[in-house]
Amino acid sequence: MSTVKEGLLYSESHEWVRMDGDVAIIGVSDFAQSEMGDITYVDMPDEGDTLAQGEDFGALESVKASSELYSPVSGTVIACNAELEEAPQRINQDPYSAWIIKVEVTDKAQLSALMSAAAYAAKIGA
Amino acid sequence: METLKVTPLHESHLALGAKMSPFAGFDMPISYSGIVDEHMAVRGKAGVFDVSHMGEIEICGPGAEAFVNHIFTNDVCGMQPGVVLYGMMLYPDGGVVDDLLVYRLFTPEPSFFLVVNAANIEKDFDWMRANAGGFDITLRNRSEQWGQIALQGPESETVLADVLGIREGGQLRFYTFVQISWRGDPLILSRTGYTGEDGFELYSTPSSTQLLWKTLVDAGVKPCGLGCRDTLRFEAGMPLYGHELSESISPVMAGLSVFCKLDKPDFIGRQALAVQKANGTERRLVGIELEENAVPRAGYPVELADGTQVGVVTTGYHSLTLDKSLCFALVDSACSAIGTPLWVHIRRHSFRGSVVKKNFYKTNYKK
Repeated sequence: MSTVKEGLLYSESHEWVRMDGDVAIIGVSDFAQSEMGDITYVDMPDEGDTLAQGEDFGALESVKASSELYSPVSGTVIACNAELEEAPQRINQDPYSAWIIKVEVTDKAQLSALMSAAAYAAKIGA
Repeated sequence: METLKVTPLHESHLALGAKMSPFAGFDMPISYSGIVDEHMAVRGKAGVFDVSHMGEIEICGPGAEAFVNHIFTNDVCGMQPGVVLYGMMLYPDGGVVDDLLVYRLFTPEPSFFLVVNAANIEKDFDWMRANAGGFDITLRNRSEQWGQIALQGPESETVLADVLGIREGGQLRFYTFVQISWRGDPLILSRTGYTGEDGFELYSTPSSTQLLWKTLVDAGVKPCGLGCRDTLRFEAGMPLYGHELSESISPVMAGLSVFCKLDKPDFIGRQALAVQKANGTERRLVGIELEENAVPRAGYPVELADGTQVGVVTTGYHSLTLDKSLCFALVDSACSAIGTPLWVHIRRHSFRGSVVKKNFYKTNYKK
């Protein structure tokens, strides 16, 4: 059974967001990582890239397939999790601490389009 | 939607908690414990696969040898019982109907057992029937009557003897087989596989297939799904029909001419292959190794430094055994020499690589 962490916001495409001031810390949900299976590579953007809400910013690669990542917010990429370059399996092991990118958010009002933990749990049937 | 077919082991897959997916019209296990775990088990020890979806076609009668030679690229003239040959069935233009194994059975009169891809069973059987005119043979599609499991990995011979009590494995070299009986049912024990490791394929009745599978899994042999079957065959440089061989990818283009005997009696597609071998083909299948870890996937464009597209990826993985990003790609023949720099376009970027030999992994067969 997939876990859904309280206190985070979730997108339809299974990314989670934790807000830290104006910065959105973004990863993928336990449901997403379990659907993917063993993750072998994380394709991340460059720091300084600007993203629009819903735009793809990279991908997770499992043995079998690629799965694109979509930004839950608009903004500028200020950090990528370098740890995932050497240890992409961290996403399988602990999806809620293995963040992927940090984005300085341009419009916090966009957060209202995301789901609460309860709404996301209902969506995935957790 | 057509209902999916199931193999005799379907209930066991569900009980083992396999991740299931439709494949070639069957509801098949993709993985049980995980593709990486299963892949490594086959490379290091042993694993067992349900491959009962594969098709089995039997051909007997006085004209059987001449007929098989007519439709098959490899040479079955005077083939001895107990030998297995790999090759293809071709269309007249050299395109591939299917790739398959041919077994010469232990019968007084030559009779053959053909193992074909699950997705192509009907197409292959129709093709054989359509080309059987003038041959005194009986053709039977026996795919429903035969189950098949593949026991693969360096410990396969030991497992076969210790767990199943089958001692005949030790006498077999790679690409040979025996017909024996196991607990009262007929069994074809073949030292073949699709992983690049030593191993066996066991053809038997559906009920014996269930018992063989249960005995192996209960003894701790790792059940393996189609996910790692593909990663294993890929590393070993083996083609998958629909990706590296197809109606438009001939064996010459795929670098498999060694399985096409142009000097044997005429066969369907021979003329076209002879022309392709003499003149070369516009495209050739190559291996590409990328310098970074980005993963090439089927359908991604292959480019030159200036972005000109010169080909397309047919299968790609980040190789589990070799820890490299590798792919097969069909490219312009001018770009097919070993060492040629090529780029694969993956999402937003092009990643540099170079042409390498297709057999990425050094195989370990019993000579």
